[in-house]
Amino acid sequence: MAGTAIIPTRMVLNQLKGRLRTARRGHKLLKDKRDELMRQFMDVVKRNKILRERVEEGLTEAFASLQVASSIMSPEMLEQALLYPRQSVELSMKYKNIMSVNVPLYSFQTQSSDPAEIYPYGFAQTSGELDDALEHMAKVFEDMLELAEVEKTMQLLAEEIEKTRRRVNALEYVMIPDLESNIKYITMKLEENENATKVRLLKVKEMVLQQAHNFK
Amino acid sequence: MGFKALGLDTFPAETPGEAGKLLRQLTRESEAEYAIIYIEENFAAQIQNEIDRFKDSPSPAIILIPGREGSIGLGLQALHDAVERAVGTNILGD
Repeated sequence: MAGTAIIPTRMVLNQLKGRLRTARRGHKLLKDKRDELMRQFMDVVKRNKILRERVEEGLTEAFASLQVASSIMSPEMLEQALLYPRQSVELSMKYKNIMSVNVPLYSFQTQSSDPAEIYPYGFAQTSGELDDALEHMAKVFEDMLELAEVEKTMQLLAEEIEKTRRRVNALEYVMIPDLESNIKYITMKLEENENATKVRLLKVKEMVLQQAHNFK
Repeated sequence: MGFKALGLDTFPAETPGEAGKLLRQLTRESEAEYAIIYIEENFAAQIQNEIDRFKDSPSPAIILIPGREGSIGLGLQALHDAVERAVGTNILGD
């Protein structure tokens, strides 16, 4: 960028030096931020992986037992049994701040605390397999909730890391080298001007002396 | 779906198109109503761009779950995508 119009004066030089200082400090801070975000991110990724595997396993199991239940009961009966839920879930969301990234925190409340409330039917007309299926689901649901939280956190962190990484790179590979080359350019120009002035003065002095001698 | 018995709201969809429409509807209406939406993988695969729209907003969270036929690995794929996005390369090694 040394080709663009920068006026080689001391004032601009001082300005550029100030900007370089700021850019260097910003670069260092952003780098630290990126490293810390990365550390947090890796933790989240690990937890996410474990949770996802657990959820997928649990759900497959739950679906399998539901399948068994539905093969034992008639579809109408099954539908009727599950038609109207007795339990309801209230989900509340808060935000947690991780390195200036807002990530959600979920907490859920069931309307009634009795775990038996997930069975919205009488036991007379349904099979025990359905109870099993619902129990499986209730268990896996807690993991599912945590998975949602962790996965969202992961996505948000990934975005922030990407942004921070871009900024760090822009500073490191564009801004700072540009500023440095501009500063170098100005310093060189100023030195050149100084030399030119010196040479001119010497020349003038010589001429003046010669004139003085000739007149003598 | 057994989730209804747990007290969740369920929205059945027959086709991916229907699922996409439902998803749009739910996210539009629910400014704060639904914070988490679970969607089956086999539908999610076909409405990926709808889902990607919510990747960067804190709410709602759209989470893929395996369907009746078992997992097809899309959920783990999302994890790998996020890692690749953050790190620039896949460092999980699989």
